[in-house]
Parts: sequence; structure tokens; C-alpha cells
Amino acid sequence: MQKFSAWSLLKQAFGGHRGWQPQWRRAAPQSSYDAIIVGGGGHGLGAAYYLASEHGMNRVAVLEKGWIGGGNTGRNTTVIRSNYLFDESARLYDHAVKMWRDLSQHLNYNVMYSPRGVLMLAHSVHDMQVSKRHIHANRCNGVDNEWLSPAECKAFCPPLNIGHDIRYPVLGGALQRRGGTARHDAVAWGYARAADALGVDIVENCEVTGICRDANGAVEAVETTRGRIGSRKIGVAAAGNSSVVMGLAGIRLPLESFPLQALVSEPIKPVLPCVVMSNAIHAYVSQSDKGELVIGAGTDAYTSYTQRGALHVNLHTLAAICELFPAFRRLRMLRNWGGIVDVSPDRSPIICKTAVPGLYLNCGWGTGGFKATPGSAHLFAWTIAHDEPHPLNAPFTLERFRDGLLIDEAAAAAVAH
Amino acid sequence: MLLIHCPYCGPRPELEFSYGGEAHIARPSPPESVSADDWVAFLYLRANRRGLQAERWRHVRGCARFFNALRDTTTDQFLATYRCGEPRPDGGGSASP
Amino acid sequence: MMAWRAAHGGRVDRSRPIEFSFDGRSYRGLAGDTLASALLANGVHLLGRSFKYHRPRGLLSAGSEEPNALVTVARDAARSAPNLRATQVEIYDGLRAHSQNRWPSLAWDLGSVSNWLAPLFPAGFYYKTFMWPRFAWHRWYEPRIRAAAGLGRAPVGADPDGYAQRFAHCDVLVIGAGAAGLAAAAAAARSGARVILCDEQAEMGGGLLDEPAAKIDGVNSAAWLKATIGQLGLQANVTLLPRTTAFGYFPHNMLGLCERLSDHLDAPPPDLPRERLWQVRAREVVLASGAIERPLVFPGNDRPGVMLASAARSYLNRYGVRVGSRAVVLAGSDAAYAAALDLQVGGVAVSAIADVRPEPSAPALAAARTAGIRVIQGATVLATAGRLRIRNVTLGTVRPGGTIGRGEILACDALLMSGGFTPSIHLHSQSRGKLLWREAERFFVPGATAERERSAGAARGLDGLGAALEDGTQAGLAAAAACGFRGSATPPLVATNELSSRGAPGALPQPGHAAPAKAFVDWQNDVTSRDLELAMREGFSSIEHIKRYTTTGMATDQGKTSGLNALGIVAHGSARAVPEVGLTTFRMPYTPVSFGVLAGYDRGQQFDPVRRTPMHDWASARGAVFEDVGMWKRARYFPQGAEDMHAAVARECRSVRGACGLFDASTLGKIEVVGPGATEFMNRMYVNNWTSLAPGRARYGVLLRDDGFIYDDGVVARLADDRYHVTTTTGGAARVLQLMEDYRQSEWPELKVWLTSTTEQWAVIAVQGPRARDVIAPLVAGVDLSAGALAHMSVARGTICGAPLLLFRVSFSGELGFEINVPADNGTAVWEAVYAAGQSHGITPYGTEAMHVLRAEKGFIIVGQDTDGTVTPDDVGLAWAIGKAKPDFLGKRSLARPAMRAPGRKQLVGLLSVDRSRLLEEGAQVVANAGQTPPMQIIGHVTSAYASPTLGHPIALAMVADGRARVGQTLFVPMPGGDIAVEVTSPVFYDREGAHLNG
Repeated sequence: MQKFSAWSLLKQAFGGHRGWQPQWRRAAPQSSYDAIIVGGGGHGLGAAYYLASEHGMNRVAVLEKGWIGGGNTGRNTTVIRSNYLFDESARLYDHAVKMWRDLSQHLNYNVMYSPRGVLMLAHSVHDMQVSKRHIHANRCNGVDNEWLSPAECKAFCPPLNIGHDIRYPVLGGALQRRGGTARHDAVAWGYARAADALGVDIVENCEVTGICRDANGAVEAVETTRGRIGSRKIGVAAAGNSSVVMGLAGIRLPLESFPLQALVSEPIKPVLPCVVMSNAIHAYVSQSDKGELVIGAGTDAYTSYTQRGALHVNLHTLAAICELFPAFRRLRMLRNWGGIVDVSPDRSPIICKTAVPGLYLNCGWGTGGFKATPGSAHLFAWTIAHDEPHPLNAPFTLERFRDGLLIDEAAAAAVAH
Repeated sequence: MLLIHCPYCGPRPELEFSYGGEAHIARPSPPESVSADDWVAFLYLRANRRGLQAERWRHVRGCARFFNALRDTTTDQFLATYRCGEPRPDGGGSASP
Repeated sequence: MMAWRAAHGGRVDRSRPIEFSFDGRSYRGLAGDTLASALLANGVHLLGRSFKYHRPRGLLSAGSEEPNALVTVARDAARSAPNLRATQVEIYDGLRAHSQNRWPSLAWDLGSVSNWLAPLFPAGFYYKTFMWPRFAWHRWYEPRIRAAAGLGRAPVGADPDGYAQRFAHCDVLVIGAGAAGLAAAAAAARSGARVILCDEQAEMGGGLLDEPAAKIDGVNSAAWLKATIGQLGLQANVTLLPRTTAFGYFPHNMLGLCERLSDHLDAPPPDLPRERLWQVRAREVVLASGAIERPLVFPGNDRPGVMLASAARSYLNRYGVRVGSRAVVLAGSDAAYAAALDLQVGGVAVSAIADVRPEPSAPALAAARTAGIRVIQGATVLATAGRLRIRNVTLGTVRPGGTIGRGEILACDALLMSGGFTPSIHLHSQSRGKLLWREAERFFVPGATAERERSAGAARGLDGLGAALEDGTQAGLAAAAACGFRGSATPPLVATNELSSRGAPGALPQPGHAAPAKAFVDWQNDVTSRDLELAMREGFSSIEHIKRYTTTGMATDQGKTSGLNALGIVAHGSARAVPEVGLTTFRMPYTPVSFGVLAGYDRGQQFDPVRRTPMHDWASARGAVFEDVGMWKRARYFPQGAEDMHAAVARECRSVRGACGLFDASTLGKIEVVGPGATEFMNRMYVNNWTSLAPGRARYGVLLRDDGFIYDDGVVARLADDRYHVTTTTGGAARVLQLMEDYRQSEWPELKVWLTSTTEQWAVIAVQGPRARDVIAPLVAGVDLSAGALAHMSVARGTICGAPLLLFRVSFSGELGFEINVPADNGTAVWEAVYAAGQSHGITPYGTEAMHVLRAEKGFIIVGQDTDGTVTPDDVGLAWAIGKAKPDFLGKRSLARPAMRAPGRKQLVGLLSVDRSRLLEEGAQVVANAGQTPPMQIIGHVTSAYASPTLGHPIALAMVADGRARVGQTLFVPMPGGDIAVEVTSPVFYDREGAHLNG
């Protein structure tokens, strides 16, 4: 792998940058692999990378129906945090946050992980109770999260309106300092480049159209738009399309795919030093390195694969943003887009073996999968390689729905009583 | 914002409706005769179709009634809306209510 | 001084000079000028600096596609808007505009050092470096990159301006009021259809405004525009919206329009909104959005003075401004000739038309020859010179066989280019319409539609005024016909022959060796053709990847001028056809839309509806402190004098326990369940057995979802055999009704039962405490209040103060309690009467905080606080409520799952600090062994914790694994300051026998 560094950049500058090599090969699918990952987003590319780098599997392919990183990896608002309520969740997400810390160095690709702090606002007594439960639980799990008074919130995030002139004044906030953002495309490309260097085939424009099973019911191949490809281990990391892909193996999932929209403002000089989130009034905002305010809107009410949503969802979000940051009204929405988020009943992911031998599943990340990318990929690779879950993802099975052992992060943030 | 044809009231904007998920999933009963697999299928498992889907809507800020719709989830265009208890207009899916 | 203003011509009002300033210097323009045209009239070409290299930039265009000339316009600190395009800013007296992204000044910008270091900063350079040492990215590199990035600055104060929103319906929405759009609107309107016509410019007319010489129906274009727009304005079925951008196309023919109302006024009336959002549901849409001229890609194509030919023409013909004294016109399409001819007539010396095509069209050549303009065929551009303004251009010659020879150097102060026109297919694409690539014309046109829309005129690649008028007319007629309106119209006759707008996308040919100068594709983001080549070299092949890696098309103009050129370069570079390379998705908005107009009226107290109880004003007048619970305002406590919340709550609690308290419970959800099937319905919904509940009696009801977890709770009274009065939690009212309706309509349509929300019909006045009966007795008629007649959990009808009364004997405090339900309109009167009657008994109003303390002392749970969606009835000690003999109810099957009864589930218990002094924090965690370090073995958490005035020490409720078996054990609550030892107790701290309640 061609090394990326300031030095190599300088050296290449003298050659007019003509010496750079492709970051990953444009691979054509071989007839069979030791493992196939369906879905070339961050989770899938990362899983392939860890299969190759940590589990010695170098005959691995990632099959992507479009272009890598083109799904939710390239469409999310890049928020990273691990201050989840339930012990299982906090440990899972914190595994990822710890990996974010040196992911750039690990991949030799600057993913621009920026721990600028994630501030989650509370607007009611109930919000405060929920926040504080998170803070206590996180602390006991070794996950940083602290309570800030309104004045402390303002000090941490100067443009924030903590006045009482708004409908739901800010009563405080939970701050995770290690939370922050990263550059989403770089995550996909960095994993692709590193995996490719280890021999992983990254096959774009290759849609899986069938999952083939042998006489014992175990997987043996996939049918694709680029032909049949054999493998005894198939990992599905298809996010919003998980139900479609798993349907090829006859498996119905506890998922619904909703449109989730995001938008950016025109670039402005630095004004927002951290990530600010308000679950109560649906405002999620940070500022990118380029200067754009990156804003997450809510999901639309109905399931859809169109990758677009309704205007009124954005109106609601921007109203909330303008309440919290009244100086932003004259800023302008530059670009809006939608993704397809696979939402599970308890808003927690599924990383597990399935009833079909050799078929593994990583889905259900809903609106929050990006933050988990390295951890999810790492644990998924482990699960595929060992044919059993890692202790950190062991609770995140499909069976938990049958057994009632939900990890209900949605209910944990229950609405007002 | 979708324009939804309530079978009782006519076309109305999406803001008047709430979404009810996949249609034609009957609740199994009595409990003691429902297997764990059937129960989880009722509670959580969904076709989540990419394409034509039968789904439930409620005209909650109008007549307040639930009804069913056929919608293509790849275009968000409705093919039909129909009342609860009526069969799918395209003859697809199961016949349950 | 307006040395560059032509002596005559243009649509500006020469009788109305306007004073404005740019970067602190005063200038004079004319009414009708944009900031761009006014500055050009003053000879100012340097308007901005580019994003990455801080290169000096002038105007590229005259329209909304402008990538370079971004300015900040500030009326004051709070009314400051960054990143406005100077081409769209209408000047008014006193307008103050500032350039951006430069320091210390626009002419001398220190940031331009990055231009010299540019070899180090190719596309995507930041992915390859800044990685060492590990923490340096966040602490060192990123802050500097951020400071250098961004364009204008966010305003510092809250925006005081208002914004409006409106919904509208129409038969035919026409987007764009150029020739095609006007013809479409006129044809549709004449047929009787309701028409909305919008256009982004201040004045309707589109490209026709730049063509004063064009003749339509025998009159010049200005007269035709005046007549046509005037006629439309008179028709009642037509709405004209100038300064209105159609920015988004949403499913089912919903479009978003942004109308700008006051930014162009020097003194806007205070009640005039700044902008208005229109959400239009159109039966049919005509997209007459025109076309945008493409620049040419050649080294040094970004110097101030290098401009689109159509822009130079527009500045001259529309604003009467010459863009220079000596121009070279670079022709990639015949449209450049039209500009050259106009400029020549307008007093700009055109040194030459350098045609980059091997074979210019004959009519174009003939026209140039007639005008005496020299044409250089088979030209290319090798370089340009000039620091803050172009000084000369070095031409090259493309020889047969493709080699490039050095050509002559032409001095000029304006270099005008035209690569042909790109149809504006944005909205068609947003609507999910398909796009077709036309190889001959080298552009995309609208293909199959997904919505009820059609494109007309230049927006679908048609050439010329006559075609636009004809096509617009037909589109308008067809759209009206699709709505059921029959009309006929004869398209206006045109007497102008237009030159073709075809051209070639991509880069101009260059010699094999790399020229040192940059050839820009995306002006604002400083993306050069070499950046695109680098991305391809590094293996990026999807146009989406190339866009993201190089940032081409991601600037504030969203690729309006760069998109097709980038595509052409990538297609050429990778030897693929353009459709194979693909097209990046067009996303809303077409041009940026302010947050303020999208937020609209939802600001301040209007952000969300405020729900107030009938007695709200009474509480407010008594100084109550309110809390938000959902949309409701609830009185949290009633401080007296200098009391803080703690003191007030303690006093309120003592009053309830010792005498009598008055509490507003009106926010509780109320649902009437009525009909012969009511009991069966309730049996199926709630866990309880309702068959055994006699009319006149009430019961604490528990509602699960079918997943077996507690969803809601509340007192349910049976008013009659076929009638239940169900109460829900404050926040649960709507979702409980939704759940009930779902099962009633979808699962059990055979049950004859009706559900009605009565939450806001009743005012609910809780009178709680040992003196409660004495307080209300004098006011109530028709109800025997004695314990024997109206036992705990009973309900009766009567009157109170003359108002109809539904009286519950219930208690959420643990004391003797009544809940007086009266019609909402009687609420305040009855409340005041009760309060007056209670004076001699020491009645005290109390709020939700005291309510919480009292119920916690009694061990009553709050759904949503003590439960969290993973809790079964048994977990919180409510298994007794379940009707064991019922065949089914919501959640019954789920409760039978093994895990729901497995050991280790968290159960509701009480916790008392061992020393009885420590108030635990709600949300604090519980562990079995002291002294743990993270990650700890967590076995539970505190759900509620209060100082108990009744017990004289703090109490807490908690969910603890196997909690009921741990009663009496000592557990620990780990806090930052150390573990707190706690004793596990029963969750009921007060009056376990219920003597008070039943008194």
C-alpha cells in the first residue's frame, strides 16, 4: 500500500501528483471466496478489512450494488458518541469510540475523527431525569458523560440560546467530550484501501439477487448481477436494504426502512464548536471542517426506499435549530438528501449468526450506525470468523425479539409522562 | 408531503394521517395456542418490501379511521387505498383483514 | 462615477440613482441594478476570493448560478446575511455589502499564500496527511483548516425579521417566466385553469430581458413582456410570483417556493415578512426553467474579467453596463457570437472571436463577418494574464491531428466565453423524472416523468425564442387540458432568428505537457481539471466518488456551471460515454433557502402549541412555577415569599398529609369507552378484569402493549354497564387512544364500542388530605360522601356549585381523596369555590412536584419515570392487577415468554440510605458490592428520589435485579464522591395498611 503522509504528498507534488496509485483495485468477482460481505458501506468494508487483518482471511469480497460508501455511510451527519443507556449498548458503542481514536493511523487514511464533544440538551424535568440516568450509567460503565447546567452549556457552545423566550427552554445538557464527528467518505475509502491492500476484492455495481443454500441448508453462494459467486460464509451488512437481501434467504427481519433526511447550510466561518443534539425538539447539528452546518432531520412517518422525504420534516427540524440558535435564521439550506434507515423495534442493532448456517447479519442501526462503524465492523468480522458472537455483540441477536430481551434505547428515552 | 386518498374523505395531505405499518397482519389468539415463532412474527417481523406494499394508514386528523393502501416504496406513489376488511385490490398478499 | 455605464439602453431607471457601499467604499448605481451590475458600472470586477486558494475572482455570470461573487449584506449585526450572490442582490439606498473570505483586504489577501502552495493541496490532500501525531488532527490541524474554510460569517444576533408560510393549490404551476413560461402561463390561464407563475428574478421575462432587439408579434420584446405580464396580472385565476424560487419538487406534485419580500427594500415596513414559503400542491406543473451557459475549461479561466458571454450580454442589454473596453470572445457555441455582436454595438471593442470548434456554423460566421469582427477558428486558450483583472489571453491553435501550436497574445480586459447552454433539469430530476443524454447536443434533457409535470423551452433543450414560445404555449395548453380545461391559443409570432445554444462540455485541448496554470471546472471550490484527473488516477470512477473526492459541484452553486464540464472531462479521461459515467443526483434546494423561511411561524411560544388547563390563570396569578409536560403547562409548585422549590414542596406535602391539598389534575388523559362491547373491549385492552367491576366503582388499570411491557396506567371508572371513563397519563392520552382505536378498528371490528377523547372536556380538581371530605361537603349536592356510601375507588354523579359533577373518590397521595370532574368551563369557578371553602381547613394548592413526593411515599409508580418500556407488571409489583382468568389481553402472550419470568429481572423496591440522610440522585446506579471500578456490575438504578417531609428523611424508588428478594440487604449507589450504602426496603414508605386512603 502506497503510504500516505506529508512527506509522500510533498514528494508527489514535485511530480505533478502523477505517481499516485489507485486507492483500491476495481476488482472483478472471482468464482468463490472464503467470505463474502454483502454491502459496501463502512460496516461491510470494515468487516472485510478485519477479516483479512485480524482473522487471516484474505480471500474475501465485498459486493456493493452501487458505489462504495454510497448508502448511509455517505449520507449521515457523522455524529460519534457512546453515551447510550443500557450497559450492553454503552459497551458496544464505546468499543467503537475507542477504535475511532486511532483509526486514521491504523488505516493510514485521515478519517478526521474530531472529539469536539456531543452536547445532548434537556428541555423538561423528564429529559433531565433521563439524561442523568444516562450519565450515571455511563460513568459506571467507564463511558464519559457529564451534566452541564444551562450556563455551562452556553459556555461550551456560545451560540446556544439558553434564554426563557423559547417554547422549551434549555434546562441543561449531557456532554460527552469524546463524542464528535468524523469524515464519512474517508471511513469507507480508508477501509476499502486498507482491505484492498490485504487482498480483499471490492466489487462495485454488483447487486446480490439470490442466496444459494446447499442440501443441508447452509449457504454456498450468492447470485449477483455479475454472476454466481461461491462462499460458505456470507455476511450481510446492507443497512436499509437488509430486509430485501435477507428475504433472498427466506428470512423476515424485525426491521422497517424509513427515510431519514439531512441537510447542510452554506459554508460559514467557524461558529459552532461542538455537536448539539436535542431529542425532545428534534435538532441535531454540528459544523463540518468545510464550514457547513450539518443538520439531521427526523425520519418520515412511512417506510420507503426512495432516499428522499417530505419537506415538512425539514421545516420542523429547522424551526428547532432556529429556536436554539436564533442567529442562524439568515443562514441558508444548501443541500438536502435522504437515506434509508433500518429501524429495529428496540432501536438497537442486530449483529449475529442466523438460523441459516454460514449466513451472518449486521443491521438495525437505524439512525445511528455511523458512530459504531469501526466497532461494528470489528465485531461482525469476529462473529463471521468464529461462527459465534463476540461477548460485546452477544446480546444483539435476532432471538432477543422472540424472547423479549430487548435493549430498548427508544423506550429508555421515553416521552413525557 | 404525500397526498393520500382516504377512502372515506377523499384526498388529504399527509399531515392529517398517521402511518400504521404493514397491513394484513392478523393478531393470533388465543395466547396459549400461539407459538413463540408466530408471536414474534406478529409482533416484529415485517416484509419491509422494496416495491409494492400493502400498508395501514389512519386519517387521525380527519375521520379517524384506519384504512389500507397499496404503495410502491420505491416511488412513494399510491396505487390504491381501500377500507379495512376489503381484500387487496391487486389480489396479492393474504386475504386476512 | 459610472464610467462603464452605456449612454443608453438597459432596463435600469436612469432617473433614480442609488447610493450603496462595498467593503466600506461608496458607489452609485441605478434603480434596477443588481449589486453585480452596479459594481461593474463602477469598474469594479474584483468581488471575491475563492474557497481554497483564495484566488481573486470576479463575476462569472449574471444569475443565480454565480459561483464567485459571494458577498455579505448587512442591515445591522443581526440582519447580516452571508454568501449572497452579488448577481441576485438588488441594490437599495444605503445597502452595505462586504466581500468575504479574505484578510486583510480583498485586493491583498494573505490567504492567497495557499495559491502558491497549491501543488501541496491537490484534491483530497487532507485524507493523506495531518495524521501525526495522533491528537494533532483535533488540536492543531483541524482548527486551522476550519479557520481557513467557510465563506462568510454567521450573524451574531437573533434575526428580528419575520418569515411567513403559506399553502396553496393550483391547476397549473409554471416555473420560470421567460418566453416559454410566459407563453405556458398565458395559454393555461386563457383556458380557465388556476395558474401560479413564479420566477426567481425581480422582474419577469427571463432571458428575454437580455434581448431588447427581439421582435414578437411585431413589437419589441420589452413591449411584448409588458403586455403579456400585464394581461396575466389582470386575470383573477393567475397568481404572479416574482422574486420567487421554486427550490424543491416533492412527491405527489408538492413544490416548495421561496418568495423574497423585503431584502430589496431600503426601508421595509416592520410588519412585512422578509420571505415567504409557499408549499404548492399543483395538479400539473410546467417547468420552464431555462438553461444555463457553460463556461469553458482552460488555464487561467478564473481571472476577474473572464465571464460567460451571456452574462456580458445581460449586463449590457439589461443593465446598460459594459463589462470592459476590449473583449475577446471565446466561442464554444454560436451564442457567443450573439454576445460579441451586441457588445460591439454597445461600445465594447471586440478584438476577436476565438472559436474553439473546428467548424463554426455558417450563419454565425456570416454574422461576425458582416459586423466586421475577426474570427479565429480552431482556437484554444493556453494562458491568461493579469492579477486582479485579466490583461491578456494567449491563444493556441489546434492543428489537424490534434497538436497544439502557440497562437497570438491578445490584450483584453474582458474574456467572454460560451460552452453552450445546459438545460436546467434540476426540478425534473428532483421529481424523479428520468434524464436522457443527447449525444449530438452533449447535454441531458428531461426524459420520462414520474410526476404530473412537463418541461418546456430551453429547459428541455430547445433552441431559440420562437421554439420556446411555441413549446411553452403547447405545454400550457396540455397542462390545462390534463386538468380538464380546454383552450386554444396561437403561439406568438417571432421575427428573430436565434443562434444555436449547442456547445461542447469538457476542457479545451491543451498541449501534452502540463501547463503550470490551473484550469478551473468548479470555480468556487477551486476544483481544476487536474484534480479530476487525479481522482481518476487514484481509482475513483463513479462520478459520485469523484464529486466527493474533489468536491466538484459541492459548492454553494451546487455545480450549476461545473456539472457537465466535470462529466465531460471524466468521460473523456476514462474513455467512457457520459451516461456511463453517470450523473450526480440533483437535490433540493435549487438555490439556497434561508433557515428562517423554512422555520416560518414556528418560533418562540408558537414553536409548539401550548396546552393550558382551565385553572392555569389561577395558578399563574398565585405565582406557580410551571413545568412543560408534553405540550402542557403544569404547575410544579406554589412558592410563598422567598421559598425555594424544596421548601415549597415540603410545605405543600405537609398540608396534604395534615389537612388538605388542592391539585389540578386536568392534564390526565380521559377517554370514554361506550357501547355494548365496552366491557369486552376493556377486558381485551387492559390487563385487569373489568367484568367484575360494578358500575359506580373504579379500578387502577394497567395497559400493556402486545410486547408485554407497561405502556400506560390510570384509574378506570365504570359509569354504567356500557360506559367506562378511562384516565391515562398526561403524556399518554393520544397514544393510548391511538392504540385503542387500532385494536378496535383493525382487530375487533365486531365489538360494538365507541371511543371518545374527553381530556379537554373535563376540569379535574383533586382534593386530597384528611380534611378533603369536610372541604367539599358543603359544595356537593346529590352525592353521599360518607365512607360507607362512597368508598375508596368509587365514582358518583351529582352537582357542585351548580355544575354537573363526576366525583371520583380516588387518591394518588395516599390520603383521603376526591377528584372533582366538572365541565372545563366550570373549572375555575369550582376550583375557587373549593379553595374558598377550604380556607378554614388549611387548604393548600400543590403542584406536580409535591404530587410526585406524595405518591413516591406511597410507592405508586409513574409510568415513564419508574418504568422505561422494558418493565412488566410483575416487575413493579402489579401482577395483582392482572385478570388471571381472562382468555386474552394485550401483552398476555408476551408475558408467557420464559424471559419475562426468569430470575434476575429488575423489580421495584424502596431504597433508603443506611444513614437515612443521603438524598439519592434519580438515575443513579445500584451495585451489590462496594468499591467497584468501571465497568461495574450494575444491578439496578434509582427511578425516583425525594426528600420526604412526612418521614423526615430522603426516600427512593429503584429497579433492582431480584429486588424483592433483597429487601433488608445493603446495596451501594456508586457516586463520583464514593459509594452510598443503601438499604433495600418495600417501595411503600407510608401507610402500608391504607388506613388514610380508606378513611
